[in-house]
Amino acid sequence: MLKAVLKLFGREEKKASGKIAKDRLRVVLIHDRANVSPEVIDHIKDDIIKVISSYMDINQRDVEISLSNDDNSVALLANIPVMRIKSGSSRRREHR
Amino acid sequence: MSEVIVVTSGKGGVGKTTTTANIGVGLAQRGYKVALIDTDTGLRNLDLILGLENRILYDLIDVTTKKVPYRKALVRHKKFSNLFLLPTSQIRDKSAVTGEQLVDLCTEMRGEFDYIIIDCPAGIEQGFQTAIAAADHAIVVTMPEVSAVRDADKIIGELNRADKVHIKLLVNRIRPHMVESGDMLDMNDINDILAIECLGQIPDDELVVTSTNRGEPVILNNKSLAGQAYVNIVGRICGEQIPFLELKKDGFLHRLKRMLHI
Repeated sequence: MLKAVLKLFGREEKKASGKIAKDRLRVVLIHDRANVSPEVIDHIKDDIIKVISSYMDINQRDVEISLSNDDNSVALLANIPVMRIKSGSSRRREHR
Repeated sequence: MSEVIVVTSGKGGVGKTTTTANIGVGLAQRGYKVALIDTDTGLRNLDLILGLENRILYDLIDVTTKKVPYRKALVRHKKFSNLFLLPTSQIRDKSAVTGEQLVDLCTEMRGEFDYIIIDCPAGIEQGFQTAIAAADHAIVVTMPEVSAVRDADKIIGELNRADKVHIKLLVNRIRPHMVESGDMLDMNDINDILAIECLGQIPDDELVVTSTNRGEPVILNNKSLAGQAYVNIVGRICGEQIPFLELKKDGFLHRLKRMLHI
């Protein structure tokens, strides 16, 4: 009820800053603890590109890798633009 | 048995020295023989917080350089004859004492004291490494602020790297009404993030300021909620199971004011 009244007066309910602090800390501490430097992220990116490339053609320049937080977990997010799926048989032959 | 406890935090200004003084007085109140060692060389303040700034003759450096035996440098507390301060030098810097020297000193002092509490300087440099060298236990002081929590996490990592595994957390300067409105992390939130056992939380209390002004730790003021919180923390240090203090102390007027955002 109070929330509705506050909305009427233009006091939109904002996300509580305590929650924001907690979420930000979760993410920053994952970085701190794992000591994930930009170089390490770059290595992960190169390795992922290598693996994915044997299955599909990807736009390597636009690959984005980052650590991000969900509501209560941290995820490694990869945005990999796919240009073409390689056929399964050709991939297997390449691999041998 | 004798216990050496280091009070540390990483970040400055979160209340390490205040906590050291209060825990020291609390343990002395219980009849233990307690020594407080200030290792914040060059920026000493524990003497001031305890109201002993006019009684210093020798300091930690005089002791570690074998100029005087430690007993000569100890300053006895005015109220508690079983509480002693070993002040550090205000002139020298952190490189004047090494971890080995402090370990040797504590080994010598363990025979005489039940508790030796070491007030650690801020930072993770040599001063910190020296302060933690002799400790069996560590109390990490933090505040409900992103920077203080991040630094606490770093300190916990550094303590673990130095094989210090008995670590407990103390959250200082909680503002209950901000916690209630969701605008401040509380001890449980910080515990979720740092995953470390909590000794307790201290409310932000004006009486901490006034008692510090007087050089009388707030734990001696039984009207103060912060003082009560310190009493409980001292009990937990002694191994007692004490439920956490309910910090909400809110009258109708407070709630009304908050509702109206004034």
